[in-house]
Amino acid sequence: MTYLAKPKFHHPELPKNALGYTHRDYEGSVSTLCAGCGHDSITAAIIQACFELSIEPHRVAKISGIGCSSKTPTYFLGNSHGFNSVHGRMPSVLTGANLANRDLIYLGVSGDGDSASIGLGQFAHCLRRGVNMVYIVENNGVYGLTKGQFSATADRGSKSKRGFINTDNSIDLVAMALQLGASFVARSFSGDKHQLVPIIKAAIAHKGAAFIDVISPCVAFNNHAGSTKSFDFVREHNEAVNRLDFISSRMPIEVKYEPGTVEVVEQHDGSKLALRKLAADYELHDRTAALGFLQHHAAKGQIVTGLLYVEQEPEDLHAHLRTVDSPLNALDEKELCPGQAALDKFNASLR
Amino acid sequence: MPTATPISRVNDFVIRFANVNGSGSASANEMFARAVMRMGVPVAPRNIFPSNIQGLPTWYEVRVSEAGHLGARGGTDLMVAMNPQTFDRDIAGIEPGGYLFYDSTKPLPPSKFRDDITVIGVPLTAICNREYSDPRQRQLFKNIIYIGALTALLDIDVKVVEQLIGEQYKGKDKLIEPNIKALHIGRDYAILNLQCPLGIKLKRANAVGDRIFIEGNSAAALGAVYGGATVCAWYPITPSSSLADAFTRHCAKLRVDPGTKQAKYAIIQAEDELASIGIVIGAGWNGARAFTATSGPGISLMQEFIGLAYFAEIPAVLFDVQRAGPSTGMPTRTQQCDVMSCAYASHGDTKHVLLFPEGPAEAFDFSAQAFDLADRLQTPIFVMLDLDIGMNHHLSKPLTWDDKRKYDRGKVMTAAELEAGKEFGRYLDVDGDGIPYRTYPGTHPTKGAFFTRGTSRDRYARYTEEGAPYVDNMQRLIRKFDTAKDLVPRPLLATAGKASKYGVIYYGSTSPAMDEAIHMIEARGHALDRMRIRAFPFHSSVNSFVADHDFVFVVEQNRDAQLRSLIVNECGIDPVRLVPILHYDGTPITARFIAKAVGDHLDKLTVKQTKVTS
Repeated sequence: MTYLAKPKFHHPELPKNALGYTHRDYEGSVSTLCAGCGHDSITAAIIQACFELSIEPHRVAKISGIGCSSKTPTYFLGNSHGFNSVHGRMPSVLTGANLANRDLIYLGVSGDGDSASIGLGQFAHCLRRGVNMVYIVENNGVYGLTKGQFSATADRGSKSKRGFINTDNSIDLVAMALQLGASFVARSFSGDKHQLVPIIKAAIAHKGAAFIDVISPCVAFNNHAGSTKSFDFVREHNEAVNRLDFISSRMPIEVKYEPGTVEVVEQHDGSKLALRKLAADYELHDRTAALGFLQHHAAKGQIVTGLLYVEQEPEDLHAHLRTVDSPLNALDEKELCPGQAALDKFNASLR
Repeated sequence: MPTATPISRVNDFVIRFANVNGSGSASANEMFARAVMRMGVPVAPRNIFPSNIQGLPTWYEVRVSEAGHLGARGGTDLMVAMNPQTFDRDIAGIEPGGYLFYDSTKPLPPSKFRDDITVIGVPLTAICNREYSDPRQRQLFKNIIYIGALTALLDIDVKVVEQLIGEQYKGKDKLIEPNIKALHIGRDYAILNLQCPLGIKLKRANAVGDRIFIEGNSAAALGAVYGGATVCAWYPITPSSSLADAFTRHCAKLRVDPGTKQAKYAIIQAEDELASIGIVIGAGWNGARAFTATSGPGISLMQEFIGLAYFAEIPAVLFDVQRAGPSTGMPTRTQQCDVMSCAYASHGDTKHVLLFPEGPAEAFDFSAQAFDLADRLQTPIFVMLDLDIGMNHHLSKPLTWDDKRKYDRGKVMTAAELEAGKEFGRYLDVDGDGIPYRTYPGTHPTKGAFFTRGTSRDRYARYTEEGAPYVDNMQRLIRKFDTAKDLVPRPLLATAGKASKYGVIYYGSTSPAMDEAIHMIEARGHALDRMRIRAFPFHSSVNSFVADHDFVFVVEQNRDAQLRSLIVNECGIDPVRLVPILHYDGTPITARFIAKAVGDHLDKLTVKQTKVTS
C-alpha cells in the first residue's frame, strides 16, 4: 500500500491536544517498511508521545543514520525537518545540530547495525558528551535492508533465517549506555505501547542524553524460532522492572497506586515520572546497581525492560561548554565579529 | 684562513640552527628571528621538525633579507651546529665561504671541519657547567648564551634582545634577569675571544613597515572568528592542530560575553575525523557556521560525509593544512599534495570549491570568506593551507576587516516569506544560478520542512530513484559550480616587463619563492608572465592565460602535478602546453629551485631555436 499517498482528510472530532493539534498533525508519510514491522509500532509510539506532550511538531529535529530504522523519521512528524545522514554517524550530525540550536528537541533514530556495528564509536562518544537528545535504537538484531545478516546485538547462539548460528558475543547497548554516562537509560519492546509511550515522553522531557533501546522484531528476517529478537521470544523473556506514568509539569500529580509500589521521580523541567515498581529490589538512581541488575538477569536469559536509570539533575553538553542561552545559529556579525578595533590590537601585539 | 673567500653581506643571509628536539631551543631561536624583525630587517623563519617530542634532530632556519625575499632560499651561510647527531651533514650544507658556529668544549679533529668555511668555536658546555649547577638550567641557558654570542658576531643590537626577553617572560618576571645575564655571558665571551662582527651581519633598516609576525594557522583561525564560525569540531593531527588551538585561544579572548562569561562558540575535540565532519555538517544544516581543521589523512577519512554535504547541499568549511603524503608520509613536512583528493573528494561525481591562500593575510581573508561562500553555495569549502604556511611564522601585511561588512548567509527562506506563500522547493533552481533556497529547522509550524538525505530526490526533496529528476539535480549542481567561478577569489596576473610567449602558474605557499625566482629568471634573460591561482573552480581568465602563451609552467609542491591535471581536466587544455615544475621532498620550495628548473628549460629552448634559425 506504500505507493498510495496518505489521505489528508480526517474525522472532524479527532481529539486535540493543548496546542490544538490532532494526532494527524504528528504523522508523516506512509511507511514503506514491511507489514507488521516492529519499527512502525515505535513510529506510532513517537507520534503518540509527541501528541500527548503537545510539542510543536516543527520544533523537533529528526536525525537518523542509514537502515530500516533510519528510514522511519519520514513516517512521523511530517512538519519537522529530518536528516537521513550517513550509516552509523547520526550521533555526530545530531551533536552538531544540537550545538547550532539548543532550543529544538533532538530525536535521534538509529538501528542496531547503525549504532552497535558501524557506529559504535559515535554512539559511545555522543553519550559520554551528554548531548541533550532522545537516542532511540530500533533493535532487531539483523540487517534488514541487506536481507538478514546478523548485527552486533544478535545474541550468541541465535539462529538466522538462513540457518546460520551467531558465534560472536552480542553488544548490550543498554549496559554500554549506563557505563558511558547516559543520564536516562531505558529499554522497551515495540510490542508494548503502554510501556514505550511514557518512556519516550519522559525521555523528551529529560534534559540530557536519554537512550532508549527498543527491541523491535524484524518480521522478514528475524522472527523465526531460534531467534532471540522475535515477538514470541521477547514476550516470553521480558522482565519488566517498572511501568511508567509520565506527568508533565502542567498536570496535577495523581498517584493512584498502592504505597510502596510507586516511586515518583521529578525531572529538572518539573515533569514527574510515576513508576509502578515491578521489581522491588530495583534501584533507579544507582548506575552500578542498574548494571548489576541488568547483567544478573541477562545471565538468566531475561530481557530487562523499563526505565533503568535516571539522573535527576543532568548536565548537558551546552552546560559543559558554557555556551550562551540564545541559539548559536541566531547570532549575527554584531555578536560574533570583533571588528577592526580588536584587529588593530592583535596586529600591534605581533610586531 | 678558509680556502674560499668568506661571505660578506649585510642584511642578506641564511642562518640555520641545528638542535635536538625538546632542548628548549625553539623559543630562543624564535627570539633571534624576532630580533632581526625588530631591527627593521625582513625575516622568514622556518621550523623543520620531526614527528617526535624529544631527542630527534630539529632545525630552525632564519632567512634575513632586506630586499624582502621571504621564501626559502636554499643553502646555509651560518650554521649554528648544536646537534652532534647531525653535525657532519650540517657542515656539508654550508655554502662555500660560509660560517660554522659550534660548541668547542670538546676538541674535534680537523677532519670534522671543512677548509672553505670559517669555524667559530665557543665552549658553551664548559661555560654552562661553570655558571650553573642545575642540569636543566645548563641546557636552557645554553640556548640563550649562543644567542648572546650571535648578537656580537652578527652585530645585533643587544637592547632589542633584552627587550624581547622582557616581553617573553612578562608575568614570570623572576626569569627575566637570569636570561639577560645568560645573554651577556655569551655576548661578552664573543667580544673578548672572537673577531666580531663576521662578514655577514645586520644593520638597522626600515624595511619591515607595519608588517606583523604570525603563523598561518593562527591567522586562519582568527579569520574563522571574524567570519562568524560558532562551531568547531576537530581531531588532533599535525600540522592542523595549532589551527584549532588558535581558534580556542582567539575565542577565549574575543567571543566570551563579558557579562555572563558565556561562550558564543562551541568547540568539540571529536573522537575522530568522521565525527568532526559529522558535527560540522549537523551544525551547518542547522544554520550555524561550522568548520573542521585537518590534514590529508583526515580528508581521506571524511570522504563519505563530504559527498553527503555536496549532494545534500550543506554548508561546511574544511581547513586542510597539507603535509607530505601518501599514508602517514612525512607528517611534519610540507607539500601541496591534497589538491586532487579535495577537488573531487568522495564517491560519485563530485566537485568542490578550493581556496589557495599564499600566506597568513590571505589565510585570514579566505578563511572569513569561506564561511560566506559555504552559505552562499550551500556546499563544502576547502581552505588549502600547508605546513609551511600554517606552522611557520611569516612576516605578513597586517590583517584588516571592513566594519561595514555583513555576513552573506545565502538563500535562506524565512518564516515570514513562507507565511506569505512564497514557493519553497528545497532543490528548486528559482534564480537560474543553480542555488536553491533552504530553510533552517524549526522555522515554521506547517511550511518549509523537508527531509535531508544522501539519496536522490526531486526538486521538492522527495525521495526518487527516477533517472530524469536525478539528472536534473546533477545538472543543477554543475550550474551551481559554474556560479562559484565568479564568487571565489580571482587569479592574480603579473605580466613580464617585456612581451613573453611563456607563462607560469603557481599557487599557495609557492608564492614568496616564485616572487623571488622571477628576478633570477629575468637575470638569465627570460621574460615570464605570472598567474597565481587562488581558487578552484578556475575563473575563465585561467583558460585565456594558457591560450595566450606558447606554453605555461605549472609550479607545485607535489609529485603528480595535481593542479596541472586539474587545469587540463577542467579547462580542456592540451597537456603539452603545461610544463610541470615539481618540488616534493617535504621542504618548502625555494627560489633557487624554481629559477634553475624554469631557467634551464628556457635556456634549452633558446639553444634549440638558435640552432633552427642558424
